[in-house]
Amino acid sequence: MNLKKVTLAAAMAVVMGTGPALADLVFPSLSYRTGPYAPNGIPFADGYADYLTLINERDGGVGGVQIDNPECETGYNTEKGVECYESTKGLGSLIYQPLSTGITYQLIPKATADGIPVHSMGYGRTSAANGKVFEWVFNYPATYWDGASIAINHIMEQEGGDISGKKIALVYHNSAYGKEPIRTLEELATKHGYTFTAIPVDHPGQEQKSQWLQIRRDRPDYVLMWGWGVMNSVAVQEAANIRYPMDRFIGIWWSGSENDVLPAGDGADGYKALALANPGGDYPIYEDLKKYVYDTGKAAGDGSNPGTVLYNRGMYAALLAVEAAKKAQEIHNTKELTPAQMRDGMEALEITADLMAELGLPDFGPEFSVSCANHGGSGLGKVQQWDASAKEWKVVTDWISADREIIDPLIAADAEAFAKENNITPRDCN
Amino acid sequence: MLYREAGDFKTSYRADEQTFPIASERVLFWGAMILAFCVVPFFVNSYWEKAVLVPLLVWALIALGLNILTGYCGQVSLGTGGFMACGAFACYKLMTAFPDLNIFFVVILSGGVTALVGVLFGLPSLRIKGFYLAVATLAAQFFLIWLFNKFDWFYNYSPSGQITAPPRTILGVEVTGPNAPPWATYLFCLSILFIYAWVARNLTRGRVGRAWMAIRDMDIAAEIIGVDPLKTKLSAFAISSFYVGTGGALFFAVYLGAAEVTEAFGIDKSFLALFMVIIGGLGSVLGSFLGAAFLVLMPVFLKNMFVNTMGWPTDVAAHIQIMLIGGLIILFLIVEPHGLAQLWRLTKEKLRLWPFPY
Repeated sequence: MNLKKVTLAAAMAVVMGTGPALADLVFPSLSYRTGPYAPNGIPFADGYADYLTLINERDGGVGGVQIDNPECETGYNTEKGVECYESTKGLGSLIYQPLSTGITYQLIPKATADGIPVHSMGYGRTSAANGKVFEWVFNYPATYWDGASIAINHIMEQEGGDISGKKIALVYHNSAYGKEPIRTLEELATKHGYTFTAIPVDHPGQEQKSQWLQIRRDRPDYVLMWGWGVMNSVAVQEAANIRYPMDRFIGIWWSGSENDVLPAGDGADGYKALALANPGGDYPIYEDLKKYVYDTGKAAGDGSNPGTVLYNRGMYAALLAVEAAKKAQEIHNTKELTPAQMRDGMEALEITADLMAELGLPDFGPEFSVSCANHGGSGLGKVQQWDASAKEWKVVTDWISADREIIDPLIAADAEAFAKENNITPRDCN
Repeated sequence: MLYREAGDFKTSYRADEQTFPIASERVLFWGAMILAFCVVPFFVNSYWEKAVLVPLLVWALIALGLNILTGYCGQVSLGTGGFMACGAFACYKLMTAFPDLNIFFVVILSGGVTALVGVLFGLPSLRIKGFYLAVATLAAQFFLIWLFNKFDWFYNYSPSGQITAPPRTILGVEVTGPNAPPWATYLFCLSILFIYAWVARNLTRGRVGRAWMAIRDMDIAAEIIGVDPLKTKLSAFAISSFYVGTGGALFFAVYLGAAEVTEAFGIDKSFLALFMVIIGGLGSVLGSFLGAAFLVLMPVFLKNMFVNTMGWPTDVAAHIQIMLIGGLIILFLIVEPHGLAQLWRLTKEKLRLWPFPY
């Protein structure tokens, strides 16, 4: 046993000793290209990597400093996520974007202790929007609770402002991620007078017959969905099978990619999902991407994803990180950033329509600004609808805002509970 | 070579019956212990702690627990993940309900709670055997996970169902929470494992262990010679669950720091523990360690080799790694069906006779 251990340890020491030691801006990517959630993880990781490659190739990096994007495979698994975090944090990592609510929950205490910012864009722990308690965690431009409220507001609009007595069901991934909106939807139910039922689907969600049987029996007026991975496409297929009216079936922004609706074919026509940013590849930035990234053979993955919803979202995540890094360089008047300076940049981030147009993505995402107290952004979302004949997502509304009256007290209460459990004194934001 | 047995005489039964009868092996063991307790803590960094050493120690503890039940008492269990979850949630509830209780006792008590649950789910073993029992324990796995996911009392009504370990100290040093120094968490897990392994080794050599093995080898014969199946089987379930529960508590509180029941304690954990026990060697304390080491260290080692040293794409590396580990498992089981522990035993025999093995 001992001999074997010693040899193994020696071999590992050799392997571990060889890491890149460059003075770059390190944006590690804890991606998942394997496992049950890979179909969603791949486009996001490709978008993230391609945008960073574009910045390196076209602009020579951020302020002249190249971006390094080491990837680490998590397989959506928290233990591997921890391993990835520990193995990349020593590289001088400036920002973590794990694209997994489970891993985000793991990283919140760790990254806070290590002083490295985490950006869980539209996922993770909603109450991290409270910057007084969660100094190192950001979830702009919108949170799950915003999403729940946006969906309800959209339904109100459809119903002419009154939804009392209506039945709304939530089909959710039975995990931390799927449970997030329940409390908000319950609060909103008391305010607006609709009946709310929550229907869990267990990981990975390939089997949903009983859930949809229940929906068929109860005939809720609207069905919301918090799904991820294979669960989405199965749910859309099942909804089509029971002939549920698709325009009354609304998914969160993680249940609205091409992968989710294509398998159901024409049955998915009219399915709605929220959008954090616009879908499609019709933006000036794609010309640059083609010129500097795709045509030079530097594209990540197999190059089949550009223009898809999740690719765009990965790109958007990278864009926000790069803009925060620019801001940080400006504030601290330095080229080389530390994680703490990066955090300051994220907290001072301001995204305007002009800036987005300048970056080649006009009218793509919402306008928002981050502050010391508010790490959650503006909390705006759009609704997109699937057109099965054209095989594309169409945006059907303008930006819808969330019900701040309901959500802000919920965030404050949850953040306070977290602060109390972990002996954190909320910092002072002037 | 390693062993020089000339002049190593036993003059008492006690000396002959000790765990390490060969003097040079005792030296090796204590040398390794000194290395693990007194040298490693000075060099351990957070990567080694979180990615290698702490998972290794925790999984060794869990494998040891399962080995008591499956290897020594012959009761196949697929409920390990559920029992780990039970330990983890007991630990979380105790930590939050009694903030002043020392974490050492919290971890031990979590094991105790799990032992009670284990006895409950061990009851069917009195009537059903083999594969049928495996299915019954599978029910434990699914029931416990469902329970901890369904009732929000278990996770203190947090909206997401996630449990997070608050910081706790031993002698003023934090061992849980994000600020715990790597050496402290490592030493904490190591000490618990050392005590538990010591107890397990002696339990299995004594009356209790012999009763377990009698039941394993042939339960009717054991009953005829006066071994009480009720007491024996239930004690195996209790002690095994106690170990697994403690392991689950450490897994949550020290290793991960936050956990979500469906993700962290799923059925794959039950299989992983069972693989560790089978690959390491059924009915062997050393086997539990070897099995855990193989299945915890190998993926990390391969990942580092493929991605960091050879620069492969992460997805290719992940797929190759799964294939390689599967292949290695099959290879080891063909070469030595009794596991790595038997491989070591044979090597030792050869080494003792070296340079004239026969």
